[in-house]
Amino acid sequence: MKMIKTIQVLGGALGLSFALVNIAGAGEPDLNDPRVQEYIVGDKWSGYLVNENETRDMQDDDFQNPAFLWVEQAQDQWSAIEGLSGKTCQSCHGHVDRSMKGVSTTYPKVKRGKLITVEHQINYCLTERMKAEPWKWESDKMLGMSALVRNQSRDMPVNVKIDGEAKPYYEKGREFYFKRRGALDLACTHCHVDNPGNKVRSEVLSLGMPNGFPTYRLKWQKLGSLHRRFRGCNKNIRAEPYKQGTPEYTALELYVMWRANGLPVESPSVRK
Amino acid sequence: MAKKPRVKVPKSAKKGEIIQVKTLFSHKMETGLRKDKKTGKLIPRKIINKFECLFNGKPVFSADIHPAVAANPYFAFNCRAEESGAFEFKWHEDGGKVITAKREMKVS
Repeated sequence: MKMIKTIQVLGGALGLSFALVNIAGAGEPDLNDPRVQEYIVGDKWSGYLVNENETRDMQDDDFQNPAFLWVEQAQDQWSAIEGLSGKTCQSCHGHVDRSMKGVSTTYPKVKRGKLITVEHQINYCLTERMKAEPWKWESDKMLGMSALVRNQSRDMPVNVKIDGEAKPYYEKGREFYFKRRGALDLACTHCHVDNPGNKVRSEVLSLGMPNGFPTYRLKWQKLGSLHRRFRGCNKNIRAEPYKQGTPEYTALELYVMWRANGLPVESPSVRK
Repeated sequence: MAKKPRVKVPKSAKKGEIIQVKTLFSHKMETGLRKDKKTGKLIPRKIINKFECLFNGKPVFSADIHPAVAANPYFAFNCRAEESGAFEFKWHEDGGKVITAKREMKVS
């Protein structure tokens, strides 16, 4: 009798552990796939892993990657006069491939007393140095220029600082990340820390790594900014989204960028 | 914001070699099924309905495209290099507009 009970208990335990493994394994990306090794650093992995092979092909081939339509435009824009001061980007910075190499890996960072990201800096150059109108955050020009600048750091590790002046912004971003919000009462962490690799409806959750933005999303059928992605996440959990470029989202960008520290920059990536 | 079509053809090839031609065209591919969020009216269809590639005036590849094709259509195909000449690419837009691009290739 005692033996039967033991067997039952054992069987129960086995069945349970089996079920758990099954749940955790649903749709989880294959970390041993040779194709994705450069997108894994330590226990961090990029959203490239949740892509299907066809989408990975699009990103791997610069020609096939539609984001480069925007990047090419930005390359022309780089040497085009904008604004009243008659300057181009090139007149201050020189060639983009030399001057912008590695620059975006440290953004967002504190400059002129506040936390800014690449898009803020582009608009600062436009309004202060070139005496031009600022570009809208989600405009083709801005997305292209942001992608062009970030593309110069491709394959270099993300390396944002969270100490010193950046510390209060990091804390703010961290608070945002852990705070429940919206009708579904979810925080960023519930999906991207507790459940990466698991499914939310039909989609596999990623770690929420921002190293590939601006990204060409097949759903959007165009290039889009990280802050647009934040808005999408916030809407999905039925929360009121903030506007692109607000201090809230910039602080959040610093926090998620810090999470991605060490992962290679992929901008402009292609995602589902 | 008009973006140039992207075309990739090898500049030179050996006779009989199989080469790959790649094209990427920037287009919104408006399906005609979406509604304007403000007015509630249908946005008229505007897609690239036909893509053609000619080599020295002779067709080598052609495709009819329908509304289900996503924005920025990408086409890649293989062909065999037989003689030097020029590829001509044509994208036919709804409304009759045709956008073209040309690429030369030398065959030795």
